[in-house]
Amino acid sequence: MYPQEQPRPAPTSPETAVATPFSAPAARPISGAEAALLALLAEGVDTVFGYPGGAIIPMYDALYDFREQLNHVLVRHEQGGIHAAQGYARASGKVGVVFATSGPGATNLVTGLADAQIDSTPLVCITGQVFAHLLGTDAFQETDILNITTPVTKWNHQVTDAHELPAVLAKAFYIARSGRPGPVLIDITKNAQLQKFRFGGYRPCTHIRSYRPRPIVRPEYVAQAAALINQAKRPLVLWGQGVLLGQAEAEFRAFVEKSGIPAAWTILGAGALPTGHPLNVGMLGMHGNYGPNVLTNECDVLVAIGMRFDDRVTGRLDKYARQAQVIHLDIDPTEIDKNVKATVPVWGDCQETLPLLTELVQARTYPEWRQRFLDHDAEEIAAVIRDELFPTSDELTMGEVIQQLNELTQGEAIIVTDVGQHQMVACRYARLNRTRSSITSGGLGTMGFALPAAIGAKYGAPERPVVAIIGDGGIQMTIQELGTIMQTGINVKILLLNNQFLGMVRQWQELFHDRRYSFVDIQSPDYVTVARGYRIASRRVEARPDLQPALRQMLEHPGSFLLEVMVMRENNIFPMVPQGCGIGEIRLK
Amino acid sequence: MHQQSIDRREYNITAYTENQVGLLNRIAILFSRRKINIESLNTSPSEIEGIHRFNLVVVETEEVVRKIARQMEKQVEVLKVYFNPNEDVIWQEMALYKVPTDVIAERALVERLLREHGARAVVIRKDYTVFETTGHREETDKLLTVLQPYGLIEFVRSARIAIIKSSQGFHHKLREFERTEPGPEVSENDYLNSRGQVFTM
Repeated sequence: MYPQEQPRPAPTSPETAVATPFSAPAARPISGAEAALLALLAEGVDTVFGYPGGAIIPMYDALYDFREQLNHVLVRHEQGGIHAAQGYARASGKVGVVFATSGPGATNLVTGLADAQIDSTPLVCITGQVFAHLLGTDAFQETDILNITTPVTKWNHQVTDAHELPAVLAKAFYIARSGRPGPVLIDITKNAQLQKFRFGGYRPCTHIRSYRPRPIVRPEYVAQAAALINQAKRPLVLWGQGVLLGQAEAEFRAFVEKSGIPAAWTILGAGALPTGHPLNVGMLGMHGNYGPNVLTNECDVLVAIGMRFDDRVTGRLDKYARQAQVIHLDIDPTEIDKNVKATVPVWGDCQETLPLLTELVQARTYPEWRQRFLDHDAEEIAAVIRDELFPTSDELTMGEVIQQLNELTQGEAIIVTDVGQHQMVACRYARLNRTRSSITSGGLGTMGFALPAAIGAKYGAPERPVVAIIGDGGIQMTIQELGTIMQTGINVKILLLNNQFLGMVRQWQELFHDRRYSFVDIQSPDYVTVARGYRIASRRVEARPDLQPALRQMLEHPGSFLLEVMVMRENNIFPMVPQGCGIGEIRLK
Repeated sequence: MHQQSIDRREYNITAYTENQVGLLNRIAILFSRRKINIESLNTSPSEIEGIHRFNLVVVETEEVVRKIARQMEKQVEVLKVYFNPNEDVIWQEMALYKVPTDVIAERALVERLLREHGARAVVIRKDYTVFETTGHREETDKLLTVLQPYGLIEFVRSARIAIIKSSQGFHHKLREFERTEPGPEVSENDYLNSRGQVFTM
């Protein structure tokens, strides 16, 4: 019986991992829980993040016999579990898997589901549920998790009979990873987990008639897009996470290099083209770079690739790129024309559409147009970046910490950020040489994301250094996951930028609410002591001369390390597009 | 942005779906999250076994309806969604009227009114009679007003059902969906041949 007789397929890529059907019938009846675990193995799952509880005990009981094949990471809170699975998925490109029990265990997943849904992260969450005969009776730890999670899942389903399990899980993995990825939740009643049945073998799902993950590419639209690009004088490429999700980094780079078009990125697209690439003109959006924001409103052709024109990117829509002809490449038809009207929509997987487009575009360079970006860069360096990265003030800045980190990591680390000022600084200034190097909560802006996500990222890419950059607000939201680090011994570097404020909200209160600092003055515990309590090495730095040695110590330490850097209390993130303004109204101070 | 509201009108949304627990909620929340009221909702098995048909009516702008229709179609268990203004569909609602039998028996006028409105007796009992009529909202409303003075006991009206005038049926579409590789028919591009109307830069 599988897995003893049949070797597990090497989880090379998501597509090949499930290429072989496992149709060997079981010799003896097995439980639903055991069948579910066999399904996970067949899908190439190696790591599960979870937390046990009453309604999922049968799954954990079955897991006891699979300890060798499935690495279960015991987290400290289900929210930590799902964020860890997100970090795992984002770092590895594979589906993240979470186990949680019914009731509170399941509801604790909701924030992570919403985050994964808006940031298109492939997850399969398995929740226990009360016995089927108790459904709807307000049984102990019963909650209607399907209806709670419907708006924040790509798909969800409840299993009340073990016979359904193999097919439902096959569908779950297929839906989670195909097309525009997203989170799937499978709720399994306790009776279905316990139920013995003849397992007919596991067959991966490759087709659902009502589900079309990959739109058919229309060559005529690609041709129209190429024609627009070829007559453009000032074209601009905007790319998003779609390039990473489509594993189209090489195709994207070939397109940009042949077409010679300057390219700017959304926060989730970071790293698909190295930050040092000459055609990478920087970050878009509210706290993005000056040049790409201003020049979005001057380009004649806008080529949007795998991005969804989020309001943090566009600012006021009626002042956004009104002059431009827009080419929009996206796998998800609902994104076309949702926020910005496309002149030419190119539906499809960008790994498929980009080479077609590259073929048809002329090899060009735009020296004068690119100079405009360099000129704006010079302005931004003089007004913002120089003081941020190379400050002369007594106090440390967040920017110089990232700058020093860049010097040491040389852009090879995975940077996991939380939400707030430190996130904007880290995303603006972190050097990224490789794809899947920046993991952050983009669409949902979930404080508390970084610490657990970094744990997951390290499991997803164990060969790479992982640095979590977190503020003093966010770390206190999921600080219990230090316990997960302690117990697993996973090697995660925690760089805590402490400005003793909820800094982003404070910045808004300063700029837009007459400095009425309402409940942003947050106190912190002694993090060095807290880390020590969890047997994690730690250090605090307050003076500039100590910064680089401390960063070096953190990176060279054989295990996890928490480095707290005390930074300037009242520092603001610029440039900034104030809310309700057009991107042309971006402020440098 | 708010001047769009002058373009709001009734749209008939027709969706072909799998028959799946929870799908109604998944569809309904697409409207409620935008604070759009569903004026009428009918769901029932379609002419094809195993496939359900939703008919929804909302009052909205074409742009909003198009976005929601796409979001509906994106749901895993939804096969296909169409949206049409009233002139593109044939639609009907059914109404039932419960009236005291003695009134009808005694007053010839009432019987005539019922006949004029195309009403049909469904049940006739000693104490009450139930009439049925089918038509547009104004028609079923009119009979309601007419019957009010004659001791109307109870009234109920169904959701709207609508047939799309230009539809060729769903059988051939379904065959496309059942193929493992999507044919060009399946992922129709609304823009093809209608770019002039669609692109309002």
